Amino acid sequence: MLNKKLVFATLSSLILGFTSLTANAMTAEEQKGLEISLESKKKDEGWADSSADMLMILKNKQGQESIREIKMKSLEIMNDGDKSLTIFNKPRDVKGTAFLSFSHPVEADEQWLFLPALKRVKRISSRNKSGPFMGSEFAFEDLSSFEVEKYTYKYLGDEAANGEMSFKVEQYPVDENSGYTRRIVWIDQSEYRVQKIEFYDRKNTLLKTLTFSDYKQYLDKHWRADVQHMVNHQSGKSTELKWSNYQFKTGLKDSDFNRNSLKRAR
Amino acid sequence: MGDKLYSFVGKYPIWVILVCITVMVFSGAGAQKLVFKNDYRVFFGEENPQLTAFESMQKIYNKTDNVAFIVVPKDGNVFSAEHLETLKSLTKASWQVPFSTRVDSITNFQYTFAEEDDMIVEDLVMRTDRLSAMDLERIKQVALSEPLLVNKIIAKGGHVSVVNVTVQLPGIDPLTETPQVAESVRAIKAKYLAENPETQVMLSGMIMMNTSFTESALSDNATLIPLMFLVVIITIGLLLRTITGTVATVLIIIMSIVTTMGLAGWLGFYLTGPSASAPTMILTLAVADCVHILTSMFYEMRQGADKRTAIARSIKINFQPIFLTSITTAIGFMSMNFSDSPPFRDLGNLVAIGVMLAFVFSVTIFPALLTVLPVRVKAKPENKKDSMAKLADFVIGNRKALLITTSVFILLSASFIPKNELNDDFVKYFDKSVPYRAATDYMQEHLSGMMAVEISVKTGTASGINDPQYLNAVSDFTDWLRDRPETDHVNTITDTLKRLNKNMHGDDPAWYKLPDSQELSAQYLLLYEMSLPYGLDLNNQLNVDKSSSRVVATFKNMTSNQLINIESEMRKWFSENAPQYDVDFASPSLMFAHIGKRNITSMLVGTTLALVLISLLLGFALKNVKFGFISLLPNLIPAAIAFGLWGLYSGQVGLGLSVVIGMTLGIVVDDTVHFLSKYIHAKREKKASTYEAVHYAFDNVGRALWITTFVLVAGFSVLAQSSFRMNAEMGLLTAVTIFVALVVDFLFLPPLLMAIEKNKNKKQQALKTNALESSTSSS
Repeated sequence: MLNKKLVFATLSSLILGFTSLTANAMTAEEQKGLEISLESKKKDEGWADSSADMLMILKNKQGQESIREIKMKSLEIMNDGDKSLTIFNKPRDVKGTAFLSFSHPVEADEQWLFLPALKRVKRISSRNKSGPFMGSEFAFEDLSSFEVEKYTYKYLGDEAANGEMSFKVEQYPVDENSGYTRRIVWIDQSEYRVQKIEFYDRKNTLLKTLTFSDYKQYLDKHWRADVQHMVNHQSGKSTELKWSNYQFKTGLKDSDFNRNSLKRAR
Repeated sequence: MGDKLYSFVGKYPIWVILVCITVMVFSGAGAQKLVFKNDYRVFFGEENPQLTAFESMQKIYNKTDNVAFIVVPKDGNVFSAEHLETLKSLTKASWQVPFSTRVDSITNFQYTFAEEDDMIVEDLVMRTDRLSAMDLERIKQVALSEPLLVNKIIAKGGHVSVVNVTVQLPGIDPLTETPQVAESVRAIKAKYLAENPETQVMLSGMIMMNTSFTESALSDNATLIPLMFLVVIITIGLLLRTITGTVATVLIIIMSIVTTMGLAGWLGFYLTGPSASAPTMILTLAVADCVHILTSMFYEMRQGADKRTAIARSIKINFQPIFLTSITTAIGFMSMNFSDSPPFRDLGNLVAIGVMLAFVFSVTIFPALLTVLPVRVKAKPENKKDSMAKLADFVIGNRKALLITTSVFILLSASFIPKNELNDDFVKYFDKSVPYRAATDYMQEHLSGMMAVEISVKTGTASGINDPQYLNAVSDFTDWLRDRPETDHVNTITDTLKRLNKNMHGDDPAWYKLPDSQELSAQYLLLYEMSLPYGLDLNNQLNVDKSSSRVVATFKNMTSNQLINIESEMRKWFSENAPQYDVDFASPSLMFAHIGKRNITSMLVGTTLALVLISLLLGFALKNVKFGFISLLPNLIPAAIAFGLWGLYSGQVGLGLSVVIGMTLGIVVDDTVHFLSKYIHAKREKKASTYEAVHYAFDNVGRALWITTFVLVAGFSVLAQSSFRMNAEMGLLTAVTIFVALVVDFLFLPPLLMAIEKNKNKKQQALKTNALESSTSSS
């Protein structure tokens, strides 16, 4: 017990020291970028759990469409990444397939997929975080919960986005498995909501733009966009997410988010 | 017309020179707008059905423009820890290539295997620092038994591998995008070679081919045009012995080229491999006008005329013939407008413009220059009984034998025409000195080439590809393809599904087969897709709603006809075995395979039209319908002989050669015009007998024809040196045709005329014949 305490103390002092060290080395822009992101995260804290329906509309250059119907449940975890459960309804042949993800600030996320046709849960490697989610233009890392520790920051200036005066912040992924060199995020100054994100690929060219629209406020606090539109500039493909039936504090528990719960998810 | 023109030019030579130069400068400014399109797609018109099919396929799946690094390890073994490490770093570096969207190599191949109850998806070569002999053996075994890799990414023998970079050019600034990619991959190659000096790296793929179109044309223009100028200077200098004449001729040529290319720029033309040879062709064709004017002028001066009179007479004599020959040449080149391939339409129009400009300049600024510049004529003893007269005597003396021998030769040559086979292999558009060709040949020999067909099999219903019936059909089709001896590689989603099924059953080889339910397939694919990293997804094989999948078949090198046959056999397979699916076939190889045939069909119309127009013009100019018809023979026979000889020499006819008949028609007609007009002139004006008229024609135009043919043959032979084979073969066949035309005009046409005219009035000529023959024998 004593040992554990000692280790903990040493560790925390180390971490504190490290943080202050890096804080000292930060430029004013980096500091401001970090603060904006911290504020944004903080403003949304306390939603506890949520569930929502999602319509995912994939379009190719030719204009052909494909629609996926998904239900998503999330659980807020303090001091760690959130947990989420995604249940597929359409296409028909993957109905009942469920995807469980434990997001982590620094270490790799943990992910499992339940395949009803096989009646088995399979673990998915986290090296795929740069890969497309269900063939869409969203990568796994675009959909997993935002954690401040996942990036380093640099404030670039103020700029309007979607008609809202915003902070323009550049974010650099910490994880080397990320598919991006950087993202530029527009966070509005009134409510600290993300309005737009530009994604730059590994060769640092603009890959995608994600626009958020139709923000609604829930429980007088939490803002959620009804529509997220992702355009891939390189392939000409796009994906639109349409959210509905947002519910918060529905009483979901940690036990609803484990390998066993996957099989009975619906 | 010629009179009035020169009276003006002679009065105000300086003004004429200034006006012409101003015209050139203003038109020439347009040359800045000329840009080189480095994309094989320019060979196809917008309405080309194979191009349309290919483009719609590229929109549904991902684009297939690529660069292939062909990497040959120093010890002939890809599977050493050391080499795999270099491949891994090359793969990583390749992600930095501008516009790259995907990189495939053996190191980042998404290897799937069972581990306990999980399916692991990871790079085949994850880390290279601790590879044991056993690991290496496992990697080798996996790579060499993976149908997706063998022959595409890794050679069967494991001695060469490819890092394939897929690029998606945005097409915003097409002129800089391809060079940007080429520059980047060359830098990566150079760096790799510097770090791994004993390995060998070659670059192939569509991007490198597109780059080679530009580079080939540029290097051609840098070497061939100066070479051609040299030929012109030497020819005119030696044959006409005049410095002023040579300088003026070179100036006319430069002005014709600059004005034409400038106008092309203003008119919005762009350059391509074939149309970039326009300057060389204009250069060659522009010489003839000047030679005719100079020859007549010097003849007059030697006869004692002063310079101005000599120029005036020369213009008067030559104005009509060179106008006529320019027009016929232009018509011949304009027949290329019927071509299916836009670059050849452009080439035809550019050369037609150039030829007409050359005509205008030769009757304006050319005489003006000659008026202003000093011209001296050395009194050269005219030995009139020259080689041409001897040739005339020979032809008249041996007319029967000649007619028979030449006829036999013509028929014999023409009988080899069927030996020609349509073939457009775009790799072979470049000769072996072009690095892209060498690289692709090597890749073809050790892995697989660029002869590919993409097959989109469509169900029409979302998620339709997961239907076991569909998967079985695609798998059977794949097996059928793989059984064919000409197949090198087939990329199909069914292989991936079989592998996944095996992985899901603890890697039991007995389960290497298709899942038996739609749900299983769909969920395996979902699991697999959800495990793939950026850029290695299945979007290049499946469409967005999974209603269609794309199979890519790569074949051994074959001719266009063979490929078209395979295409129809594949169509047949589907109509017999899986008629319920809608199937599309498309690829650059197919586009090129079809264009030869399409182009020849459309060029036949164009050439016929040109032939009719030219014959009408000839009949008009010769004022005689009969000679108009007779002239058809010497105009058509050269192309027949040339293609017959080509059948013996090579037998491969592609896009470049299918325009040669139309193109040469306008040129070879000139010889016939000159010869026949002199022959008719002698008969009509001088009341000469047939033999005398033949003799007269030889004496008067024989030498000029010989010189212009020499220049033309030399010019097109220079073009034949092009590293761009399409242009080189076009040059060679044109040179042969033009040369044969002269031979036909000298050895076949006169005996033919004599044979025809003899039947007409035998008796009348009997006396004269005796007289002439005795005079011939006495000389």
